[in-house]
Order: sequence, then C-alpha cells, then structure tokens
Amino acid sequence: MIKIKNLHASIEGKEILKGINLEIKAGEVHAIMGPNGSGKSTLSSVLAGREEFEVTEGSVEFDGKDLLDLAPEDRAREGLFLAFQYPIEIPGVSNINFLKTAINETRAYKGMEPVSAKEFLAMVKEKSALVELDAKLANRSVNEGFSGGEKKRNEIFQMAMLTPKLAILDETDSGLDIDALRIVANGVNKLKSPNNATIVITHYQRLLDYIIPDFVHVLYDGKIVKSGGKELALELEEKGYDWIKNELKIRN
Amino acid sequence: MTEDELKKELKDQEYKYGFTSNIESEVIPKGLNEDVVRLISSKKEEPLWLLDFRLKAFAHWKTMVEKRWAHVSYPEIDFQAISYYSSPKGKKEVSWDEVDPEMKATMDKLGISMDEQKALSGVAVDFVFDSVSVKTSFQEKLQELGIIFCSFSEAVKNHPDLVKKYMGTVVPPSDNFYAALNSAVFSDGSFCYIPKGVRCPMELSTYFRINEANTGQFERTLLIADEGSYVSYLEGCTAPSRDENQLHAAVVELISLDDAEIKYSTVQNWYPGDKNGKGGIYNFVTKRGICHNNSKISWTQVETGSAVTWKYPSCILKGDNAIGEFYSVAVTNNYQQADTGTKMIHLGKNTKSTIISKGISAGHSNNSYRGLVQIHKNATNARNFTQCDSLLMSDKCGAHTFPYIEVKNSTAKLEHEATTSKIGEDQIFYCNQRGISTEKAINLIVNGYCKDVLNKLPMEFAVEAQKLLEISLEGSVG
Ligand SMILES: Nc1ncnc2c1ncn2[C@@H]1O[C@H](COP(=O)(O)OP(=O)(O)OP(=O)(O)O)[C@@H](O)[C@H]1O
Ligand SMILES: [Mg+2]
Repeated sequence: MIKIKNLHASIEGKEILKGINLEIKAGEVHAIMGPNGSGKSTLSSVLAGREEFEVTEGSVEFDGKDLLDLAPEDRAREGLFLAFQYPIEIPGVSNINFLKTAINETRAYKGMEPVSAKEFLAMVKEKSALVELDAKLANRSVNEGFSGGEKKRNEIFQMAMLTPKLAILDETDSGLDIDALRIVANGVNKLKSPNNATIVITHYQRLLDYIIPDFVHVLYDGKIVKSGGKELALELEEKGYDWIKNELKIRN
Repeated sequence: MTEDELKKELKDQEYKYGFTSNIESEVIPKGLNEDVVRLISSKKEEPLWLLDFRLKAFAHWKTMVEKRWAHVSYPEIDFQAISYYSSPKGKKEVSWDEVDPEMKATMDKLGISMDEQKALSGVAVDFVFDSVSVKTSFQEKLQELGIIFCSFSEAVKNHPDLVKKYMGTVVPPSDNFYAALNSAVFSDGSFCYIPKGVRCPMELSTYFRINEANTGQFERTLLIADEGSYVSYLEGCTAPSRDENQLHAAVVELISLDDAEIKYSTVQNWYPGDKNGKGGIYNFVTKRGICHNNSKISWTQVETGSAVTWKYPSCILKGDNAIGEFYSVAVTNNYQQADTGTKMIHLGKNTKSTIISKGISAGHSNNSYRGLVQIHKNATNARNFTQCDSLLMSDKCGAHTFPYIEVKNSTAKLEHEATTSKIGEDQIFYCNQRGISTEKAINLIVNGYCKDVLNKLPMEFAVEAQKLLEISLEGSVG
C-alpha cells in the first residue's frame, strides 16, 4: 500500500524527519507512538502534502504511484486520508456541503458522475450512525464551535464518507471521553477491510485495546527507533520512553 | 420636524462625518450647460415641472465640487468630455466578433444563453428574444394587480403625479455632487409603484427590460411601496457589463409607506478594468430609502465590478417601529477600489437596523467599509447591530473600516462587531486533504464567509452571485 524509504523533511531549514523507513501492506494496522515533538504529525503532514515542509531526501510510493509527485488534493483523491490532530474550522460551510464537494471532486478525478442527492443522503445517514454523530452536527458549519471530542468524531465521520485506502489517524483518541473512544474505535474497525490500511498515531495504549495494531513503531527524534507487535505498546505504557532512550544510548 | 429640516440636518451631519469635505471652487466644464439640460428635456418631451427640476439641480450642481473623502483615488473627471444625451437608437452597434473574448468566456461560465449574451454585449438582436413572451405575461399579471413597473420616461408620461410627488424627496438634487449631476441630466431608469395592500407576487427585475431602455450612465430609479404592500426588486445582473461611458452616477430612491416592505437586491458587475488597473467603470451611486411607520427596507448587494465604487445604500427610519437592513458583499481584485457601506438614520421610536458587511480584497485592491449609525433624540429604544468583516486574499491588498456612530438618545442599544482575517492556509490545506482543489477550496471558504449575505438574496440570484464570486476571485490567492 505505502512504502516510505529514507524520508527526510525539514521546515525553515530545521530537519524534523531524519530518515523514515516504513512499509504498510493492505489490510494492516500500524500504530506510531513516540514522545511529544518527535515528528509524528510532521510525518502525517508530509505524507498528506503540506507544502511548508520540504522533503530533502527519500521516496514514498503509494499504491504504485510516486506520492511526493502528487498535489495534496490528488493524494486525497488517490485514497490517502488524514484525520487531523487539530481539525480546522470553516465558518459558513456546512459539513454536508463540504463532504459533497469532496466526494464529487474525487469522483470527477476518477471520471465518475457526481453523486446523486439520494445516494449521498443515504450515505450520510449510514455513516453518521457508524460513529453516532449527532445529525445536527452534519448540518452545522465544518467544525465551527464543535467541542474537541465532536471535532474528532467528525474526522472519522468524514473518513467513513470518503472510504480511503490509507487512513492516518493523528491522535484521534485525544479529547474523546471513554464512551466516545469506544464508539470511534468501533467505527474505525468497521471500516477496516483487506483492501485498506490504517496508521494510528497515539500516546495511549488504551486506544490500541480497541483498534488492535499489527505493528507498533516508536518514532523518536525524526526516526523510527523501534518496531514490534502490539505488545510493544504495553511495554511502552509500563516503562515510558526513557527505556528506549537508554537503549539508544547504549547502542551508540 | 419637517422633511426639509430633516434633510438639512442630515446634510449637516454628513459634513461632520466625512461624507463630504471642504468646498473648493470648480470650473464648470464646457460640455455641460443649461442648453444641454434643456435639450435633454425637450428630446424626451418632458413636462415643464421636470425641466424645472433639472434646471434647479443643474444650478445647484454648478455651485458644488466633487467631494473626495472616500478612500479611493482616480484621476479628475473631464465633464466636458462626456456626451449627456444619446438617444437609444443612436447607440453604437457592436458586432458579435468585436465583443471581448474574455467577456464571452465569462458569460459562458455564468451559463448565460447566446441570445442574452448578445443583448448584454450591445449586439443588435433582430430575432425574438427568449424572455419576451415571459415578459408579456409578466406585465399582464402586474397590471391586474395595479402594479406599475416601467421605464422612468414612461412613468413621467403616464403617471406624472406619482413621479412629481416622490421624485427627489429621498435624495434631493442638492444631496451630493453626483446626485445633483444625475438630477440635471439623467437619461432614463426604472419606476415602480406597488398599490396599497398589494404583495407583488414575483421578483421585479430590471433584467426584464434589458432590451427596452438603454438607460446609460445617469440612471434613475424610483420605487414606491404604498401602505401595507410588499415588493422584492432585483437590480443589475451577474453578466459583466461593459460600457463606453466610464462614469456612472445613478440615483435610487425608495419610499416605504406605513406597514410596507421593500427588499432591494443588487448584483453589480460593471467592467472593473484590466489586470493592471487600466480602464474600468467609475460607479458613484446614491441610494437611499425612507421608512414610514412599521415599514421595512432591506438592501442586499453583491458588488464585484467597477474600477472605482462609491456607494452607500441607506435608510432613513422616520416612522416608529421602522426597520432598516443592509447586507453587503464587496469584492475587489487587481487594482479595483471600493468605498461602500450604509447610513442608518434612526428618527422614529423602536426603530431597528442591521448592518452586515463582508469585504473581500484580493490582488492590489482596496476595499473600505464606511458606515454611519445615527440615533436621534426622539428615537427611543432604537437598536442597531453592525457586523463588519474583512477577508484578505493577498498581502498586497487593503481593507479599511470607517464606522461612525452618533447617539442622542440614552435608551439606544448598539452592538458592533468587526473582524479582519487572511484566508487561511490551514483551511485550504484541510480542503485539499479531502480532495478539494485549491480553487474550489477558496470558493467554499469565500461562500461560507458571505453566507449571511447570500442567504438574503432571492434563490436564483444567490446561485448566480455565488458563481460570480468564484469568477471574480479566480487565481487570486497569494
Ligand atoms: N511549522 C513549524 N515550524 C517550526 N517547527 C515546527 C513546525 N511544525 C513542527 N515543528 C517542529 O517539529 C517537531 C515535530 O513536531 P510534530 O508536530 O511532528 O510532533 P509530534 O510528534 O506530532 O508531537 P505531539 O505528540 O506533541 O503531537 C517539533 O519540534 C515541532 O516544534
Ligand atoms: Mg502531533
């Protein structure tokens, strides 16, 4: 699905990603953990095509295409989805109108007809039920005045509507209450298929109790310094990051 | 207080608030003199009282100088270079091949039919216009209800009493330089009268008269809603309008009698000049309405055209419980300049006004909001809400706000909100990440920003206005 090779990226001359290697196959769930400021969101932004970041080295192949060669909107249309750590508000633009535009732009890219109103509404109904999104939120302006948790839930609603091949969830669990966490995680699980893949960025093992990862990676100072199975998350929860840092020191 | 006292007071206030500036001496241009005014009137076979009106206005105009307090700059206008009378038949005919291809492309994007495109471009059309049949049944329906909707000249001929009674009562010829000029030399325009208690069943649109009156550069509109009546009036159209005349100075007067309501919507898309700011129309408009007891006037405007715009649709809330509203979107791009806003003059008790102004500046343009809210002594329990937002699309454009408030009654309640924001890269990226192109993203964000105003437009007009915003802002983020 995606092959990231020796990816280096910097902003304002400061290198943040220092050689990321990661391969994800269809059907897999990968968790990325790591201390604050280690570069997790930067990795998501670079993959999604945020222009402020300059890729200085490396390559990313997504579904057989050179991802770094694509405009951000084309990456999305090819099936890359990012659930933002801090979702953006767009005043005056209803969630519904926003999603309809997004879906139709993607369909046009693929040479498909715009979605019919009937089909679209049926989709909204089905997918909002999946994450138990209040119908009122679907009609309100995109994220405007949403609570922190509502914004996160809305990200997963959008994901459900857009059915991406690869979804990157950047700390979708932060700000969710216990019930919401379960609902959102269940939603993500229901969207899982052998044909798509998920990257879950999180600080907490708790989310991984619901969304069970095939692999867990530790990102530290712009590099993946440790990878393992789901038990690695438990180990991190128990020992913290010092353990990894010490291990790195010994190695060097 | 008599009407005359009121007018005088308003006028004095304007000086105070920078709506006018110092008086200098002015040389009267050769191209315009009393004989020209007389000639216009006789060509139009006008009654004596109207000639008199023109001559008085002209006499006054001669004593005035153009005021330059607005936040716009343009070269001095040579009034001598202007031809003040051209009969509709004398208009230069254009061939379709001569029409600017860019303008054709824009009209295509707006979904304007070929026939209409030709008519709008000034190409002589010798076939039956699509909307003619629509128009005929439309006129019949209006006649049944006693609604008068015709050109200003026709109204002078067929309804002189109404014209005489109301013309110049809201915008007196002496009001300002361009109102005086218009009053002296106005060519034609629209007239509308809604009888007592009649609810006009359709949107009245100048669009229906597009082939009929070549109203030209000094247009005049008079709209009277008699007691308890209602009318929604649409002015202009989204099609780009070119004109050989650079200066346009219109006067619009609305009279909303007791319990009446007027909704006046404008889409203005005059030629704004090229990307380097060359050419383009100067649009200096005086629009004002008076509200009697329990009546309402609502101005909605989407302004995207003209090189220089100077326009303040205003309400005089004379009667008790009168309501005035102003909803505006003003877009400036390239080197366009706009100074626009409103005046809400509260005279009656329990009068209410709402002002929502959304400015969008792109390119090297300058966009100013200028507003006056005035609460007079007797206007107990007056209310005003003003929201005035500016959106910047580039680093080179300017947004300015000049809100003036004057309160002479302590029971008044006024709220004022203002914001200035730059179109967010975060917002655009968020849209991109959902598969939406940058161009579409800007449209979404801008339409969202203008929603409160666009929602006030009649449905079809709103859809057209949205498209127009898109076209006006194409490639403007930077
Ligand atoms: N626009 C920017 N300008 C300068 N530095 C930046 C910018 N964006 C990110 N950084 C820096 O890059 C580093 C990595 O940030 P990033 O947001 O990727 O961390 P993270 O792993 O997602 O952290 P958290 O767990 O707190 O979300 C940080 O030191 C941050 O300050
Ligand atoms: Mg982060």
